[in-house]
Amino acid sequence: MGFRRRKAEETIFKVLMIGSTVLVTVSLLLILGTIVVKGFPALNLAMITQAPKGGYYLGKEGGVLNAIVGSLELAGGATLLALVFSLPIVLYINLYKRKKSRLAVFTRFSLDVLWGIPSIVYGAFGFILMIMIGLRTSLLAGIIAVALLELPIMARAMDEVMRLVPQALMDASSSLGATKLETAFRVVTRQCLPGIITAILIAFGRGIGDAASVLFTAGFSDRIPGALLQPAATLPLAIFFQLGTPYPEVQERAYASAAILTIVILVISLLSRWIGRKFRKHSVI
Amino acid sequence: MSKRLLKDLLARRAMFFLTAVPGVLVLLMLLGLLGRSQSILALHSFGDLLFGSSWHPLKGEFGLFPFLIGTFWVTIAAMILAVPISLLSAIYLSEYAPKKIRETIKPMVDLLAGIPSVVFGVWGMLMIVPLVAKIAPWFNSYSSGYSVLAGAIVLAIMVFPTIIHVSLEVFASVPQTLRDASLSLGATKWETVKHVVLRKGLAGILASVALGFSRAFGETMAVLMVVGNIPKIPKSLFDGAYPLPALLANNYGEMMSIPLYDAALMLAALLLLLIVLIFNIGARIILIKAERKAE
Repeated sequence: MGFRRRKAEETIFKVLMIGSTVLVTVSLLLILGTIVVKGFPALNLAMITQAPKGGYYLGKEGGVLNAIVGSLELAGGATLLALVFSLPIVLYINLYKRKKSRLAVFTRFSLDVLWGIPSIVYGAFGFILMIMIGLRTSLLAGIIAVALLELPIMARAMDEVMRLVPQALMDASSSLGATKLETAFRVVTRQCLPGIITAILIAFGRGIGDAASVLFTAGFSDRIPGALLQPAATLPLAIFFQLGTPYPEVQERAYASAAILTIVILVISLLSRWIGRKFRKHSVI
Repeated sequence: MSKRLLKDLLARRAMFFLTAVPGVLVLLMLLGLLGRSQSILALHSFGDLLFGSSWHPLKGEFGLFPFLIGTFWVTIAAMILAVPISLLSAIYLSEYAPKKIRETIKPMVDLLAGIPSVVFGVWGMLMIVPLVAKIAPWFNSYSSGYSVLAGAIVLAIMVFPTIIHVSLEVFASVPQTLRDASLSLGATKWETVKHVVLRKGLAGILASVALGFSRAFGETMAVLMVVGNIPKIPKSLFDGAYPLPALLANNYGEMMSIPLYDAALMLAALLLLLIVLIFNIGARIILIKAERKAE
């Protein structure tokens, strides 16, 4: 092959690569831009301070406070529940077991597989669990389904950080006479705290944005959920339902709700990024 | 035994049981869905349910074929769009981009991954659906815009981050010395990428595509909002389709009031899970093997 042809191939592919990268970036900006342009005009104080009043879905007064509170409660509860499971799992495979033991490898593998399971399947499975326990569609049932969805995300994100804790640090703790449990909570958890918080935020973000898993389990209600056994509205579903009405005013509100959800996600993502960066500065690793 | 040691022992036991959860959970999900779809599997053969194309729950006909085909159409079309774009972007970010550009774009890709699927759906309805309706006449067909193509475009954007993320990791695991050796022999940068990086990372790239596929296959809300939800086998990209996840999401409300309906939907969820598991497990095994080799 002549040199000019080789050079030409290089140039063509470089153009294609830059074009693709631009396309990926532009699609993100297009999505954010569209949501801002369509959502902000319909956004007003009533949207975030009021629950739907009678006839809200026909275009009458009210807001989506029920869904905002519902989403926060649901994602908050689910994140807490997921934390109760993920932290011990991650500590166990990194501290009690050798990092590359068979159990550790298998657990990571299972978590990765769980990560790939679609949220609608978590919804269906949550529904089965709900019936088995004898629950109705409620905040609690939604929390269980979303916690299952969040578990692999949170655990893997924590594991990425905990894997980097040097063996020497744990050995030092042991040599001072600490038990594994003491090492786990006084040394490793403290060392990884920023990473753990980041993992919690990532999982919370996934939980608050997910619709398919709560569809089966959380129900929907125009009232602000006050107890675990009441049905709860969530923002993604509120967006979906408002969009499904034939009234343009209500659809506008769906765009506004989408803007609210997007802002929440952006804040969470920036926060976790900021904590992650801070962590890198202080790390001993 | 001292109190401290006892505490440690108890914690160790408790943590061991918790660690069994992820592995057992996959199994429980399979068994749970299988159990709930038992009642329909007892009445109809698996083949009839899978390949039957008449879906009339009130008449007791539950053929899942149109939904399965709908899912495959949308997913495959999405992958045709997403794979080249994501791989080219990943190669650019890993091999060509200056550090500054890479550090700017990577967080944006992460952000794209974090956008809720409902927001993708809203955007698709506002932007992609009208676009598809507009371009359909160029291909001598009519489309309302709610179509396989609209679903595929939205899905493609949703799987960019998955494929980019995994393949970036794969490219990073290719040793720099291999690249240097190729460059020192006079190969151009692209030739080095083509003959060294891509060849060395081939298995990993396949895995990233499989993970993207399974992500797209199970995506629900965004697709449901733009794909039209017509329970017929689509004949062109401009026709509407009705993917399996959308079937589940649209009918959860009435499934308890019609006999066997819930069992049919749980069977649909089981199928979804099985297909996704096959791709996922395959991809993860490839990645683990590749990682071991790299070490």
